[in-house]
Amino acid sequence: MTVLIQFGIGMVFGLGLIVSGMSNPAKVLNFLDVGGIPAGTWDASLAFVMAGAVVVTFIGFRRVLKLARPVLADRFYVPVRKDIDPRIIAGPAIFGIGWGLVGFCPGPALTALGFGSASAFIFVAAMCAGMVLARFIAQLPSATRIATPGEPLET
Amino acid sequence: MVATPFTPIASLLGGALIGLSAVLLMWTMGRIAGVSGIAARLFPPYEDRELAGRLAFVAGLIVAPVLVRLVTGSLPAQTIAAGTPLLMVAGLLTGFGSVWGSGCTSGHGVCGLSRLSVRSLVATMTFMAAGMATVFVMRHWS
Repeated sequence: MTVLIQFGIGMVFGLGLIVSGMSNPAKVLNFLDVGGIPAGTWDASLAFVMAGAVVVTFIGFRRVLKLARPVLADRFYVPVRKDIDPRIIAGPAIFGIGWGLVGFCPGPALTALGFGSASAFIFVAAMCAGMVLARFIAQLPSATRIATPGEPLET
Repeated sequence: MVATPFTPIASLLGGALIGLSAVLLMWTMGRIAGVSGIAARLFPPYEDRELAGRLAFVAGLIVAPVLVRLVTGSLPAQTIAAGTPLLMVAGLLTGFGSVWGSGCTSGHGVCGLSRLSVRSLVATMTFMAAGMATVFVMRHWS
């Protein structure tokens, strides 16, 4: 039952990506292309995606997190870390470069698989390899010495 | 490059659906709807027993366009200009960076900002800036 519910919630997320236009890398790249503002090719739509998502989530989280516990789980798994370590800058910087090269972040890339896109399949395969690699390096003893472990619940 | 129309209403609505999904996942399962975290944990090492739920969430993401095509008979435009080498490099960087930084557009950009997390604000500003700089170099420096 909980599995079915999570399937439905994932589908709502995917529908949001499609309706908003985020499933189209060209639209994402045109948003990131601030150099296109003078020429009039800048597409500001993604700012509206963020605004819509954050407003609903902000209001919803405030209500939900007042409850004693979630409906179908024993507790809320909410991140608690507040420190700014090198990884919270280096990781997003690396991710941002990948995002800007093609226009896919993880959610839209996975949804693009359902479009039947071969390009999305190549991207997702490489993305999964990158994820496995990052988790592997993060758990090496040398990595935990130089960097604090990532917040496991943040994502 | 391919020109795309400005779609404020559809984008706002779609964004609201993404937010609804994040709220539903927190309300039911008590979990952050961060796609990179969910996807990365489909692979070992497994730290909890939530694999089936994560698989289901990702399956929902993938089935969404199939449903849209069944209901409306078509899918919106999707233009992927990159060739195979660029797709592989970008995919690796996206996967590695999102896990190294504990989140992506959804985990930091949507859920984290909504929780007023300073870490997520730093992360979001960083990947936005890096994405914009990358597109600038790709489009305007060559």
